[in-house]
Amino acid sequence: MAVDLSTTIGRLTLPAPVLTASGCAAAGRELDPYFDITRIGAITTKSIMLEPRSGRPTPRMAETPSGMLNSIGLQGPGIDAFLEHDLPWLRQRGARAVVSIAGNDVHEFGRLARRLRGVEGVSAIEVNISCPNVANRGLVFACQMGSAAEVMAEVRRYADPTVPLLAKLSPDVTDIVEIAHAVVDAGADGLSMINTMLGMSIDPVTLRPHLGGRTGGLSGPAIRPVAVRAVYQVHAALPHVPIVGMGGIRSGRDALEFIAAGASAVSVGTVIFNDPSSPLRIQQELHDELAARGFTSLRDVIGIAHREG
Amino acid sequence: MTQFRARLAGNRAVGEYRHLVLVTSAEIGQVRPGHFATVAVGGRDSGMLLRRAFSIHRVSTKPSTGTAIELVIAAKGPGTQWLASQPEGTLIDVIAPLGRPFSLPKEPVPCVLVAGGYGAAPMIALAEELRSRGCRVDVVLGAATESRLFGVLDLKRIADSITVTTDDGSLGVRGMVSDVLPDVMRRADSAVVYACGPMGMLRAVSEIAARTGAIAQCAVEEAMACGVGVCMTCVLPVVGDDGRTRMVRSCTEGPVFRGDRVRWDAVGTVPADAVGAPRTGGH
Repeated sequence: MAVDLSTTIGRLTLPAPVLTASGCAAAGRELDPYFDITRIGAITTKSIMLEPRSGRPTPRMAETPSGMLNSIGLQGPGIDAFLEHDLPWLRQRGARAVVSIAGNDVHEFGRLARRLRGVEGVSAIEVNISCPNVANRGLVFACQMGSAAEVMAEVRRYADPTVPLLAKLSPDVTDIVEIAHAVVDAGADGLSMINTMLGMSIDPVTLRPHLGGRTGGLSGPAIRPVAVRAVYQVHAALPHVPIVGMGGIRSGRDALEFIAAGASAVSVGTVIFNDPSSPLRIQQELHDELAARGFTSLRDVIGIAHREG
Repeated sequence: MTQFRARLAGNRAVGEYRHLVLVTSAEIGQVRPGHFATVAVGGRDSGMLLRRAFSIHRVSTKPSTGTAIELVIAAKGPGTQWLASQPEGTLIDVIAPLGRPFSLPKEPVPCVLVAGGYGAAPMIALAEELRSRGCRVDVVLGAATESRLFGVLDLKRIADSITVTTDDGSLGVRGMVSDVLPDVMRRADSAVVYACGPMGMLRAVSEIAARTGAIAQCAVEEAMACGVGVCMTCVLPVVGDDGRTRMVRSCTEGPVFRGDRVRWDAVGTVPADAVGAPRTGGH
């Protein structure tokens, strides 16, 4: 029996609940040879900044047990090239786009939101306030309630009011629930959880940090329990705020864990590097996992882990 | 670029390397010298998530069995050790062909092929292709020691000349490929240098080519996470047609680059004049 996989994030209804995670799908085009990108919920683009950006020195990645560290540093073409080439391609291809934006300061976030106003093909905006690959940890906006809320309010002020705003949260905080409260109060329609966790590995030969950027973001199945915990805690506190859950999802069963913890949709990230066709595979597996348990709709399972009995 | 499951149909030692044959019935399109393949390692629930990238050694197609892709690997880490230890019959997740292959000359000009260690893997098919176009082909192979040379006999058969160097003098000239390359190029009047091997060797080859006015085609070896252009980890500084340096992906814009376009001295850094280079502070 077919399971209804449609889901909603604020005003946005998606026909399917699996997205790509920001930074793991470029702007969709490179993955199209491996699966039909129009069949998943949406492509979340790599975070777009105002200006072109070259990123951090190499080595930019290190494999770790069931995961990886990266210190890419938001390399990208900037908003002009994105609007000229990448977004029109996604629209023409018929794929839904969640556009991730990242600024160096509060005002840059506002300017990015303004540039996206009235642009066709933006299903939602994800506000990346939690990239760990910054020179100054004080610039991780999502690590403090005040800066997280300030960025969110600025984006809310300039963004198209009909386009849902997702705040991307970092797990590297004492209490993720209070950050979630702060960004929702400042205008976020939903939450993307979680970004990578700050980590480091030392090269056993040189006995120096392995990554060019010294520290990096840890991702992959290694951080999945942290992500499930974060989704569970925030859903318990804010049950009406939609969550896009992510962190090491590799199978339909992993995706189901996030849905049960309270996510309305899920994103596949690092596992794309292992298997570029995985988003559609995982979506099919999630469908089959739900069907095998007798569910007819994904919506019936969202947050089910919180129910008694 | 097709993702498919291939059957491991051969896995044998060649010196210190393993020669793998992967057979598939999938239609993978034309494979050219310089293309690469990536394989997932460790099985379905592997804790090693990153695919391993290898230059394609050769490809053959038979109507009865399908396409056979041959790789030469060095089992130097847990992922490649897993791959090297798989029995014949194992199904392996492969993506191929990937990247931009070597550019071939339109005229039958003299070419020299330079490889370090198992960087010789793509050179046999390349030498055959160049010979079929009427090019003179000279070969320089180098390695730390004899057991780390690859393809010497095959290339001896195809090439007009072959020069071997080893660091320890166990075979051929004691020294490095860059010690003998200028002489080989002078004798053959080489117009194009094709190179595959470690970054230091590619840099030296590019500098030698620049001095003689030859074109260098270098297949780089950068650490990659995805191999398909989405992760942005395998970047290196390359000068574009507009004269500006950008951090470009070696998986999609390479692995073959013109030697005079790569900022070899700046590999591992982001040059201050690169497009989008960091200013103080910020991300």
